[in-house]
Amino acid sequence: MAKTLQDKLAILSDAAKYDASCASSGGEKRDSRKDGLGSSGGAGICHAYTPDGRCISLLKILMTNFCIFDCAYCINRVSSNVERARFSVEEVVSLTLEFYRRNYIEGLFLSSGIIKSPDQTMADMVRIAKTLRVDHGFKGYIHLKTIPDAAPELIREAGLYADRLSINIELPQDDSVRKFAPEKRPETIRGAMAQVRVEQEATKERSHTGKRPPKFAPAGQSTQMIIGADGTNDATILQSSTRLYTGYKLRRVYYSAFSPIPDASAALPLIQPPLLREHRLYQADWLLRFYGFDANEITTGMQGGNLDLEIDPKLAWALQHRGLFPLDVNRASRDLLLRVPGFGVKSVDRIIAARRNRALRYEDLTRLGASMKKARPFITAPGWTPGGLTDSANLRAQFAPPPEQLLLI
Amino acid sequence: MSYGVDLGDPGRFDDWRAAARLAISHRIPPDQIDWSGDTGLFAATPLPRELGPHAVNVSQVFLKLARSVSYNAAPERFALLYQALWQLDRGTGAPLSKADPLGQRLQLMAKAVSRDIHKMHAFVRFREMPSDGPRRRFAAWFEPDHHIVEPGSTFFAKRFADMDWLIATPRQTARFENRVLSFHPGGARPDLPDDASEGLWATYFANIFNPARVKLDAMRSEMPKKYWKNLPETRLIPEMLQDAEARVQRMREAAASTPKPGAAAISTRYRATMPVAPALPESLEEAQQAALQCRRCGLCEAATQTVWGSGAADARLMLVGEQPGDREDLEGRPFVGPAGQLLRQVMMETGLPEDKLWLTNAVKHFKFTPRGKQRLHQNPNSAEIDHCRWWLGLELAFIQPQLVVALGASAAYALTGNDQPLTARRGTIETGLHGGQVLISWHPSGILRRQDAAAQKQARAELTADLQQAWACVA
Repeated sequence: MAKTLQDKLAILSDAAKYDASCASSGGEKRDSRKDGLGSSGGAGICHAYTPDGRCISLLKILMTNFCIFDCAYCINRVSSNVERARFSVEEVVSLTLEFYRRNYIEGLFLSSGIIKSPDQTMADMVRIAKTLRVDHGFKGYIHLKTIPDAAPELIREAGLYADRLSINIELPQDDSVRKFAPEKRPETIRGAMAQVRVEQEATKERSHTGKRPPKFAPAGQSTQMIIGADGTNDATILQSSTRLYTGYKLRRVYYSAFSPIPDASAALPLIQPPLLREHRLYQADWLLRFYGFDANEITTGMQGGNLDLEIDPKLAWALQHRGLFPLDVNRASRDLLLRVPGFGVKSVDRIIAARRNRALRYEDLTRLGASMKKARPFITAPGWTPGGLTDSANLRAQFAPPPEQLLLI
Repeated sequence: MSYGVDLGDPGRFDDWRAAARLAISHRIPPDQIDWSGDTGLFAATPLPRELGPHAVNVSQVFLKLARSVSYNAAPERFALLYQALWQLDRGTGAPLSKADPLGQRLQLMAKAVSRDIHKMHAFVRFREMPSDGPRRRFAAWFEPDHHIVEPGSTFFAKRFADMDWLIATPRQTARFENRVLSFHPGGARPDLPDDASEGLWATYFANIFNPARVKLDAMRSEMPKKYWKNLPETRLIPEMLQDAEARVQRMREAAASTPKPGAAAISTRYRATMPVAPALPESLEEAQQAALQCRRCGLCEAATQTVWGSGAADARLMLVGEQPGDREDLEGRPFVGPAGQLLRQVMMETGLPEDKLWLTNAVKHFKFTPRGKQRLHQNPNSAEIDHCRWWLGLELAFIQPQLVVALGASAAYALTGNDQPLTARRGTIETGLHGGQVLISWHPSGILRRQDAAAQKQARAELTADLQQAWACVA
């Protein structure tokens, strides 16, 4: 029996849920006041949340889950017995537009299994994006997952229609990629990321006539790394991320806790997804990008090269560097304030703006958005000094979850 | 004496602004104005009609904050705003700062408004209505907490300009017809026809959910329950949750499955088309193919790609640098970064035709250390150079140049095996490990790094002279 649109949507959205990225922010400012449908360019909007805590911002689907690759961690690998389906170009276009008109989504996130060849698959995906943009004047957000090993010309064309391109690095180490995704090549994945960066930079230069070339993936590129499928430790993961950020100017590295899939491969364990570890990695990633930490600072002193699961990485760092604290909130530099546990980038900027007018007291800091329960031992302000708290031996214990009482059986 | 101001319901910002301007121009203190609009038992005095002598200027920041606060549903909002204006005029307190109690209260009220607007943008769900004109028609029902229909509607006008739409709320209705936005009184929830797309949307919502990672708090904090009644998809949540654990349990019990018959053949066929590195390359092209997959040392994991040499395969002169830099690594071609540009400039000045040379590096992968947002070049160590000499040897063997120029110490070491300092050797010809002649010179990036302008100029002149000499040798 032929599959209905609803059947296909069920199969191809189920197949797409392992991709964590859902961002729809940034990029080019556009709207439909002159022509077409849609707008983009502001902060992204999450239109709904599923009970897994993830937002729905885009219609995230696979063009098809037929695939000739055999990646052990993937539900769509060729050797999986999962039910298969394939959307036509028109079906994807119409689903996107109809969902969009009802304000369910910000746009389309299109990925795909690899059918026939990487080039053929990428060309089909580009055709969908092109149809939306050119034939329907769609001005919403489009995120295309780049197919590894697709020809550079196709990636170039994809960048003309998509706001964001992403290529999954898949696993944190080359050897793991070769082992678990034998048809993928780490060097061509990185090569494609480099191409995206170079193409983007080229669009910022005017030609000799002063004309700007057309925009290329204005919302940048991102990638996803699966955590917990191989034995890589957090130190290696963070170094890997640092290289990705510095080398290819990625907007985001998404960490995806390896989660059990139906129809699993024997090559990988069916574990409870390491959600807490994923959370700590995101926190560490934020420290790298917005707090001026470098990967080595976060990873020195870690047990077995892994982040402390009980306390957040910034607090862990501060506890190891108590000599720097307590800081005087009215005098300390921005760089140092950013290192105080409980102070976020926004609260630090508010503190700096507010202390120009007058000396800040302890009570002011709460109003400025700082989490004083965490910050208390690390700062001084008129009305507060931590005394021996900063150096007290049981400081860590105050933050870590209480040890679990074992029960007699 | 006390004054009463009636701004109507819900009260517009511009009216408050006009009233506040009047009041402050007469220096009427905040505690003498009742902004609630309740006439009460005793009729309050209206504000004077004419502007008083006291003119007050306020910043854009305050006006922006005040406008935002005016959309808040809290009845005391206009009184608080006048209090803030009074303090700004008097120079007491800091009502624009979050560190100030009044400032914090206003900021929180503004934040609640912007959050409510954001939720309107997120949670309005249109249903299609019958249309007899060329434009499609849609309608939605939404229940905001604050008076945000007007500020919240421009977003929809920009986004959905090619269709007619209506957003009804209890207090106000926004209507967009033929590209014109208008506002009307609100009312009760209208009956909206069923929409087939809602079924597809529910299918999507149920299937994009991963039962193995239930995180209810994250969902509730972003999609508070009070909005659920107008979100069709939330009806599925209880069932999805009820089922989640059982689904994960089934996955675990099913454990690994048997691979699909015939699958191995498909992926094997694909792998057979992937490039293979010949163990003993028999041509320059084969050597390049093999080098692209090089894993002789650890540099390949961090670098993007192998940067193979470029130029004429029958070149009589070969220039060897140290290793690709940041640009070369991204573009996959040698000498395209700042040092490469200097080299090309010098080559042009000395009349070296680029298409008659072979340009390459001693090490084919970029070695670097990330610092901030940059990748800083690191010198390759002797082990890395030794590993990579295999590829340099193949280039030398297939191209067979008459002369090789070693640019810098790493290239000199790679070609001659001699790691003695360069200063004494520069400009001389040594015998390379491959048995051919090697002219030693500076690396262009070394020249760029020299701090002293005179030294830089001299080194550049020496590189020019060396290239001239080299070209003369092979011409």
